[in-house]
Amino acid sequence: MAVVSTRSGRLGNRIAIAIVIVITLIFLSPIYWITTTAFKPLVQATSVPPSIVFEPQITPFVKLFTKRAQLTAPVAPEVYEAAPWWERLVLDGGERLARDGKGNVVFSAYPDRFINSLIIAITSTILAVSLGTVTAYGFSRFRVKGEADLLFFILSTRMLPPIVVAIPMFLMYRAVGLNDTHIGLIILYTAFNVSFAVWLMKGFMDEIPKEYEEAALVDGYTRMQAFFKIVLPEAATGIAATAVFCFITAWNEYAFALILTNRRAQTAPPFIPSQIGTGLQDWTVIAAGTVLFLIPVAIFTFLLRNHLLRGMSFGAIRK
Amino acid sequence: MARIRLENISKSFANHAAVKDLSLDVKDGEFFVLLGPTGAGKTTTLRIIAGLEKPSGGAVHINDANVNDWGPAERDVALVLQQYSLYPRLTVRDNLAFPLRSRVRNMAPADIEKRIEYAARTLRIQHLLDRKTDRLSGGEMQRVSIGRAIVREPQVFLMDEPLSALDAKLRESLRSELKDLQMRLGATFIFVTHDQVEAMTMGDRIGILNQGRLVQVGTPQEVYSNPRDTFVASFVGAPAINLLPGRLAGNAAVISAKDFELPLTGRPEGEGAYTFGIRPENVTVESGAPVEARIHDIENHGIEKIVTLRVGENFVRATVPARVNVALEDAVRFGWNPDKVMLFDATTGLNLRHKAA
Repeated sequence: MAVVSTRSGRLGNRIAIAIVIVITLIFLSPIYWITTTAFKPLVQATSVPPSIVFEPQITPFVKLFTKRAQLTAPVAPEVYEAAPWWERLVLDGGERLARDGKGNVVFSAYPDRFINSLIIAITSTILAVSLGTVTAYGFSRFRVKGEADLLFFILSTRMLPPIVVAIPMFLMYRAVGLNDTHIGLIILYTAFNVSFAVWLMKGFMDEIPKEYEEAALVDGYTRMQAFFKIVLPEAATGIAATAVFCFITAWNEYAFALILTNRRAQTAPPFIPSQIGTGLQDWTVIAAGTVLFLIPVAIFTFLLRNHLLRGMSFGAIRK
Repeated sequence: MARIRLENISKSFANHAAVKDLSLDVKDGEFFVLLGPTGAGKTTTLRIIAGLEKPSGGAVHINDANVNDWGPAERDVALVLQQYSLYPRLTVRDNLAFPLRSRVRNMAPADIEKRIEYAARTLRIQHLLDRKTDRLSGGEMQRVSIGRAIVREPQVFLMDEPLSALDAKLRESLRSELKDLQMRLGATFIFVTHDQVEAMTMGDRIGILNQGRLVQVGTPQEVYSNPRDTFVASFVGAPAINLLPGRLAGNAAVISAKDFELPLTGRPEGEGAYTFGIRPENVTVESGAPVEARIHDIENHGIEKIVTLRVGENFVRATVPARVNVALEDAVRFGWNPDKVMLFDATTGLNLRHKAA
């Protein structure tokens, strides 16, 4: 009996593992697709059936970081010979690099937009998580008048798809001069995320026994000191989980970034598709921009993975 | 060291009154136990003394200073809780040092070391000092949290059921350890528990709470032999007191339902309905006794047996020596020691022969 059940258990395990592998492959396939596309020659990027085997090249990345123009006439051989290897890649594709008056290569706006994305996502994440943590602590520990109503109100800000308010937001931002500013997007993303952060953190705060702080209060610490010394370290897991979610939301936001920014404060998401080009659609450049864009979220999530895992099982273990 | 005085303390949460008009005077160096069932207001009272709750009315005095407006830190009290009393993520040493590192105290690291050393030696936890708190057993945890109170050398130790989460053996040994510690430190202890054994064994005096009211304060002996009402009588003592409804007829108690009579001493209180209280050790089971009963249940406790006697609808518990040989459904005769009978008012439950302490 025991042997049989073990065997069937093992078989069950194997089936489960197989299913997990299949699902993982399905989920990873878009990432595989976009990554390979970023390294494909232009013609193979859109070939049907898609080419699995190809000679990887980094031409799309060179294109991503430069400004280019169509060649109207073949380049002179001596110019081709004099060009560095990465410029030849572009010339091979029938384009030439744009140069300024002094002959220097003109870079594309991608690095700027990428840095904008970083500034705006990181700042708004820090703001949303800090505000959320403090607010959640207040709701969790003190008797707040109309607590249920207030919490519902905070949540209700997420019941509407944000894009519904895009036009009024645009008009408001234009009126107060926040259009195309970093601070404008930071405020907006913080506002989106703070309600989520409050609710998520409230759950984590409620899980931290208030006895710890009370012990600290009796031991001669102020409420503030107890918060920083006792509550924050205990809430680290929740803070990490909340931060990841807030960061992903802010990092990936497209619609408002498209409407409310155009140059100075534009983030990467609206910029990447704008590189699709005129004349022919260069998907490899889009793919290259997207692949680089995925890296920060991947790193951030990877760094916080232990906290995230513990965050998911929080409560389940303790009670 | 300190004297704690509570003056007409009351505390309400929303529309629920947790503590009602409670006055209490705990002497310097006293081991005072607050005893009561769950929800009696013991913990609330303790938290009011600690400064973690503000009373809705009344005043808390520590050494004759009104501390109502003082925060917990200023009151210089130490608190030991049933659980969650240690800071997680910290080692035992850091837990012990935590209260001393507070800015309020501003102690030199060398002095902190000395205090930790002393507390660890007192509680025999030196070998645990560098361990993380999640690597401790329940008993070790409570030792450490008592240690965290000791290092502070506070005016008062407040303990909220510190032994309740431990297993029976450990509870017993920590009980005597705690009492011993209190005598050595000469400190004022206020100890909250729902366990009457803890109260009886450790307390210099016991305050018994019921539904937010302080019913009686007295030494263990006083509350045991001279309870103020049926609540105290039945809460204190194991096996529990027998409470039998009945009436008076001359110098005898007539127990109702299936009437049986037992003698009484003392001044008769007049006709009417009463509850008679008699502790099991004052019930005698012997051949010449006045009432016949059947053996309903037998509990063997080693040196003695607790037998439950059935008379009509009444059950009477009696302790008999272990050598007495009885079997279930045996017919026996029992009586009581008339000097030890307590007389309670049947409606109010008050002890009519209660002598004010």
